[in-house]
Amino acid sequence: MIRTRALTKDFAVGRDASATVHAVRGIDLDVAPGELVAVLGPNGAGKTTTLRMLTTLVRPTSGTATVAGHDVVAEPDAVRHRIGYVGQGNGAGHAQRAVDELTSQGRIHGLDRRTARRRADELLDSLELASYRTRKVSDLSGGQRRRLDVAMGLVHAPSLLFLDEPSTGLDPHNRANLWDHVLRMREDALAATGEPMTIVLTTHYLDEADTMAERVVVVDHGQVIADDTAENLKADLAGDRVVVTLAPPHGHEPGHAHDDAARLVALARRVEGFREATRTPDAAPTVGLDAAPTLEVRAERGDAYLPRLLRAADADAIAVETAQVHRPTLDDVFLALTGRSLREAGAASATDAPAEHTRPTERTAA
Amino acid sequence: MSTVDIAPTSVAPPQSPARPRARRGLAAFARDTGIVLVRELRPVLHDPFSVLFGLVQPIVFLALFGPLLVGSLGGTTTGQEVLGGNVWQWFVPSILVMTTLFGTTTTGANLLVELQTGAHERMLVAPLSRASLLVGRALKEMVPIVAQSVVVVLVMLPFGFELHPAGAVVGLALLAVFGVGIGSLSYALALAVRKQDWMFWVVQQTLIFPLMILSGMLLPLETGPRWMQVASDVNPLRYVVDAERALFAGDLTASAVAWGWVAAAVTAAVGLAVGIRTMVRSSD
Repeated sequence: MIRTRALTKDFAVGRDASATVHAVRGIDLDVAPGELVAVLGPNGAGKTTTLRMLTTLVRPTSGTATVAGHDVVAEPDAVRHRIGYVGQGNGAGHAQRAVDELTSQGRIHGLDRRTARRRADELLDSLELASYRTRKVSDLSGGQRRRLDVAMGLVHAPSLLFLDEPSTGLDPHNRANLWDHVLRMREDALAATGEPMTIVLTTHYLDEADTMAERVVVVDHGQVIADDTAENLKADLAGDRVVVTLAPPHGHEPGHAHDDAARLVALARRVEGFREATRTPDAAPTVGLDAAPTLEVRAERGDAYLPRLLRAADADAIAVETAQVHRPTLDDVFLALTGRSLREAGAASATDAPAEHTRPTERTAA
Repeated sequence: MSTVDIAPTSVAPPQSPARPRARRGLAAFARDTGIVLVRELRPVLHDPFSVLFGLVQPIVFLALFGPLLVGSLGGTTTGQEVLGGNVWQWFVPSILVMTTLFGTTTTGANLLVELQTGAHERMLVAPLSRASLLVGRALKEMVPIVAQSVVVVLVMLPFGFELHPAGAVVGLALLAVFGVGIGSLSYALALAVRKQDWMFWVVQQTLIFPLMILSGMLLPLETGPRWMQVASDVNPLRYVVDAERALFAGDLTASAVAWGWVAAAVTAAVGLAVGIRTMVRSSD
C-alpha cells in the first residue's frame, strides 16, 4: 500500500544553506494493505512532513514514495483519488454547512450530485452528526468538527486513510469517541468489501499509539529508529520495571538496611530475566535518614521475575516491604532508544524545527 | 484497487470513486471549476445580504463622486472632449471595473481563513486540478459582481445612462477574464504572506489605489501630467477600463475593445501562472 525508499525532505530556511532543516532523512517504510500503523515521535521529528510527502502536499527532496500503487511525484492526481486525508486542521471550511462540505467532497471525488448527497447523509448518520446536518462548521464543537473531518476523509471509501494527529486538542472522552468511530468505519469497510482499510496516523500521544495501532513506527530526527508492534517494542527495548522497597532503617542502624539493599542487588542480578538495576539511595545513608531503600530492576517478563526475586530474598532473610511490576510504556521505549523522554524531546526540539507544521490557530470564518 | 462499497447498509456509489476515471483536459477542468465555484458560492447563497453590502461602495461612488465629476467637468469643453457628452456613460463602466477590482483582490482574504483552518490543505489533497482552485474562487467573486452590475445599471438608467445589452454582456465577460487573473494574483499573495496575514491588506491597499488612479477610472488622465499618462500606458487596468467604456457605449468593434481583451488575457495568464506556481510550492 505504501513503499518509500530513502525518502528525504530538506527545508531551506532563509538563504543560508547551512540553516537547512533536514526534516526527513531517508525513510524506508513499507505498509501492507490493511495495516493500522502509528507514526510516533516528538514534535519536529519529521512525522508530519513524512505524511505530507505521502499525501502529495510536499514534494520530496530525494527518494521515492509509492502510495496506493502510484508515485507521489509522477502521478499525484492518481494518489489523491485513492487516499483519504484528515489533516491537523479542519478539512471542513468554517463558513460552510456540514452537509454541504461533505457533498462537495463527494463531488470532488467523482460522485454525481444525488449520490454525493446520499453519501453525505449516510456518513452524518454513522458519525452521529445527523442532527448537525445544516449547522455551520464554525458552530460545531471541537469533537463534532473532528468527526466531520473524518467523514470528509471517508467520503470516497478510500482503501488508505491518513490521519495527521487526529485527536490533538480533544479531551479524553472525545478522543475515545473518535477512535470508536474510526475503528467501526474500518470494520464496516471490511464487511462491505472484504478488504481491510489501511490506516496510517501520526501521534505524539503514547497511549493512542499503544492502544490503537497494530504497528508503531518510532521517528526521531527525521529517521525511523524503531518499527514493530507496541508489545514487541516494549518487551525488546524497555522491559518491565520491577520496584521493591525494603523496610525503612530503624534510626540507629541505617547501615543494616543499606547492607540488605546491597545484598538484594546481588541477588537480583542472579535471578533469571535480569537486565539492570538502580538502587536508591545508592550509598550508605547518613545517620538519622530514614528513607526506605528502593531497588528498581529492568527485567524481561517482570510478572515472572518478581516471584523469583521474592523467594530468593526470603531465603536470604531480606525483608521486602512492598513490590510492584510496572509494564513499560512507549515513553520507556523512546527513552531506551534515544536516552530522552518523549515529552522532553518534544519540548526541546519544537523550537529548532520550524519546518514541522504547527497547528493552525482556531479562527472563525468572517 | 477494487470497487468499494461503503458499508453494509450503504448505497454503492454508481461510479465507484475508488476507480477514478481518467479525468483530463478541458472537461475535467470545467467540472472541477464548477465544484469549487459552487462550494464557494454556498455561504453567499445562505447569506445573501453580503451581496447587498457589496453594493454600498459602488452606490457611494455613483452618488457622491459622480455629481462632483459632472459638476467639475460636465459643462466644460475639456469635459466635452474627454468624457463625451454623457458623464454617466463614462463613469458607470468605471464603477463596474472598480467593483470587480475590489471583489477579486479580496479573493485571497477568504483563502487566508481557509489556510488557517485547514480547509485549503484538504482541497490540495483532493483530486482537483490546481487551476480550478484559482479559477473557481475568482469566478465566485464575479457572480455577485454581475448581480451588482445589473443593479447599478438599472439604478442609472433614469439618469440618462444608455444600456447597450450586447456590449454590456461582452463587457462583463471581459471583466470575468480579467477578474480570474486578479483573483489568482490575490490568491498567490495570500499564500505568500500566510505567516503574516496583515501583510495581505498592506500589499492590497498599496497596489489598488495607484492602479485605479493610473487607469483613468475615476478622473480622466488626459488632464493630468505627461508622466501619469506614460505610467498608465503600462497599466493593464487602463486598457480594461477603456474597453469597458467602448463596450458599454455599444461599440463592440473599437480597437480599445481588442486591447482590453489583450490586457485581460495577459493578466489572466500571468495570474494563473503565478498562482499555480505559488500553490504548488506553498508547502515546500
